Amino acid sequence: MENTINLTLKVWRQKNAKAKGQFETYMVNGISTDSSFLEMMDILNEQLLNENKEPVAFDHDCREGICGMCSLYINGRPHGPDDDVTTCQLHMRKFKNGDTITIEPWRSAAFPVLKDLIVDRGAFDKIQAAYGYVTVSTGGVPDANAILIGKEDADEAMDSASCIGCGACVAACKNGSAMLFVSAKVSQFALLPQGRVEGARRAKAMVAKMDELGFGNCTNTGACEVECPKNISISNIARLNREFLAAKLAD
Amino acid sequence: MTKLNSKIPHGPVSQKWANYKAHQNLVNPSNKRRLDVIVVGTGLAGASAAASLGEMGFNVKNFCIQDSPRRAHSIAAQGGINAAKNYPNDGDSVYRLFYDTIKGGDYRAREANVHRLAEVSNSIIDQCVAQGVPFAREYGGYLDNRSFGGAQVSRTFYAKGQTGQQLLLGAYSALMRQVNIGTVKLYTRTEMVDVVIIDGKARGIITRDLVTGKLERHFGHAVVIATGGYGNTFFLSTNAMGSNGSAAIQCYKKGAMFANPCYAQIHPTCIPVHGEFQSKLTLMSESLRNDGRIWVPKKKEDAEAIRAGKLKPTQISEDNRDYYLERRYPAFGNLVPRDVASRAAKERCDAGYGVGATGLAVYLDFKSAIERLGQKTIEARYGNLFQMYNKIVDDNPYETPMMIYPAIHYTMGGIWVDYECMTTIEGLYAIGEANFSDHGANRLGASALMQGLADGYFVLPYTIQNYLANDIRTPRMSTDLPEFEAAEKAVKERFAKLLAIKGKRSTDSLHKEFGLVMWDFVGMGRNKAGLEKALSRIVEIRKEFWSNLLIPGEQNEMNPELEKANRLADFIEIGELMARDALHREESCGGHFREEYQTEDGEALRQDDKFMYVGCWEYQGEGVEPKLNKEPLNYEETEVKQRNYK
Repeated sequence: MENTINLTLKVWRQKNAKAKGQFETYMVNGISTDSSFLEMMDILNEQLLNENKEPVAFDHDCREGICGMCSLYINGRPHGPDDDVTTCQLHMRKFKNGDTITIEPWRSAAFPVLKDLIVDRGAFDKIQAAYGYVTVSTGGVPDANAILIGKEDADEAMDSASCIGCGACVAACKNGSAMLFVSAKVSQFALLPQGRVEGARRAKAMVAKMDELGFGNCTNTGACEVECPKNISISNIARLNREFLAAKLAD
Repeated sequence: MTKLNSKIPHGPVSQKWANYKAHQNLVNPSNKRRLDVIVVGTGLAGASAAASLGEMGFNVKNFCIQDSPRRAHSIAAQGGINAAKNYPNDGDSVYRLFYDTIKGGDYRAREANVHRLAEVSNSIIDQCVAQGVPFAREYGGYLDNRSFGGAQVSRTFYAKGQTGQQLLLGAYSALMRQVNIGTVKLYTRTEMVDVVIIDGKARGIITRDLVTGKLERHFGHAVVIATGGYGNTFFLSTNAMGSNGSAAIQCYKKGAMFANPCYAQIHPTCIPVHGEFQSKLTLMSESLRNDGRIWVPKKKEDAEAIRAGKLKPTQISEDNRDYYLERRYPAFGNLVPRDVASRAAKERCDAGYGVGATGLAVYLDFKSAIERLGQKTIEARYGNLFQMYNKIVDDNPYETPMMIYPAIHYTMGGIWVDYECMTTIEGLYAIGEANFSDHGANRLGASALMQGLADGYFVLPYTIQNYLANDIRTPRMSTDLPEFEAAEKAVKERFAKLLAIKGKRSTDSLHKEFGLVMWDFVGMGRNKAGLEKALSRIVEIRKEFWSNLLIPGEQNEMNPELEKANRLADFIEIGELMARDALHREESCGGHFREEYQTEDGEALRQDDKFMYVGCWEYQGEGVEPKLNKEPLNYEETEVKQRNYK
């Protein structure tokens, strides 16, 4: 049956990209443990509005864990204290009455804060534009069944392609590395014949863009894999390293 | 008065598209780069259109409200995409996909459009595979198919329960390739706030930068709206929080007609509503109905005991379960179309057999599928959906049946377009869910992805050239023209007016109140008295909105509350159009169910002699009743029948 809890929230507030931010403390009471974390944030915002204060800005959209829009660093963990979920899928049953919850934006040099808990993840789009595609235009392609792909390869490519581009891997990494994100895309295409053809060019271009945008280096701590809401494996990073090395050796 | 000309090409329905392409005007490559096309939205329709137009050499500007094009709500589509490939050799064909779609739409869609859709469906699958979309495969390396509602063949291609995600990421990758080349300029966190008309033609848009609040002007030789549907009118829906109908309303107020607003799809398999704090509803893919069986207790006392928490569904024996879809529709069983499945669930719950704490839920049970196929197979097919259910409800669907209930999911109505996807404003196009054209009164599962990508990859890039070919001598226009000036000024005034209300109520609280009115009176079951009540309640809510709304902050900064309020103002307009359209349409068809018009068995009863037309609403000014125009529907290829899934 339904339980309710009372919470103390320490929330990062920052007027805009240039302003200095600070934590503000709020109390929320009577939160149903069946509500989602973002619904709890909605209740906080309704409360702030009623007090004539400005609501907390946070990114969110689909609220079913697939669009990758929501973020939030909750009690020191990207997407909070549950495994394999995004913040929008996190439910309040993971918290206890009287808990204090610290809520921060993603912290990374490559993701500047825009307002409160909202960061700019435009760098991911730039990496994608650098070579996160197969060079094919609309029309003039063969019948879909003309390209045979073994089930294992298709399934593994699908696992890599499940990345939602939320940026939790970067937020979790002490170096602010985007290797998990980049390697997932490189792996998806490397596993498929359609993508194999330009695999070397892709690996080099995406890694070069990632470096240029100020993401850190990968030191194999594995924190990204632990925090990834979609269980993207660090074996993708190993594959990217092989692709990248092979491409460089061929130069 | 605007005249409706659907511009359907001559000839037999199966030849129309080929004939059109053979005779349409094209733009030569050197002229393409001198022509600007604005595409608003980056979902399946918008991203595929922007990428394809960029590849052809047009100069494209593409806008989205999210921080990246990849976030568009197409990403959340789960189950699959239809195509007439007939890979399983089970009797599929272009004609059968066309026929199923017309029938599924309850004979309220345009034959010519639907046939074209079925024709290009196969190219979509080819295109996506070439892009590296990891569709599910058999061990031999060939593509796998599954079944969906409203069809007796397996024509649905899928990528786990994340087909929309994979198709959108495919379109997004094609789009980003063009961004890299420079043919497409991308504007993220940017919202269209008005369309600019010059000499009767769409020539640009006004946008608001959602980070800085700054208004900007953009010129385009043509403007393409790909902003999705208006399901969020109901507040609670399966749509993303940001999905909205504002671009459609802006076009409507500038003269584009709004077609069939009352056709909204209520999806039968969503996680039931559980509390008033709830912000959205979560869909459980229709593909689950391949293996899941839907039931409620046969005995009322069992249902009551379950609601009181005294009995568990697993304790109810087979004989005491009512698999009502299999009972009522033996031919299609659990795979009847969505409107039929939704109404059947409502019927059982209204009759007192509903389960869950609220009594507004039915079971979707995998017990027999797990016994037949093993848990591993079920996990491979639906693992991510089961996990999603478990995280939200805290129940394990491998052990106990899921609870589901219908929810607003998709809107078949939208901006009226002709065969070329052009609205009643010249040079203004609408594609994907934003337009009205292909699904009639009810959309079949796995057909939204098909239509979005058909429009974006294979239809609009052709048809828009027929218009732009006449514009090759039109130079880029200055955004200092008085029309741009006036449009920006009007937008600025509207925002100032919203901010100046300084009342007491939040946008969300008003939206919730409004959404409940919509759900109660313009939802699954509609009747004359209820719709009239809705219309009068909407007037009251609009008044409350414009006099007692509270928005903190300023116009010139990031202000999510201002964004929401501005969209709610438009949802209220859409809600009124929906109620008005539903009231005028005195028949039941597809997703539009008027309780006065049903057969003895409770099936939808059309009134073909009176309502076989597209209802097109034309804006007449603020506070004035809109004018109804009719586009008659002619069925040359299909025999119009009472739908029968028995």
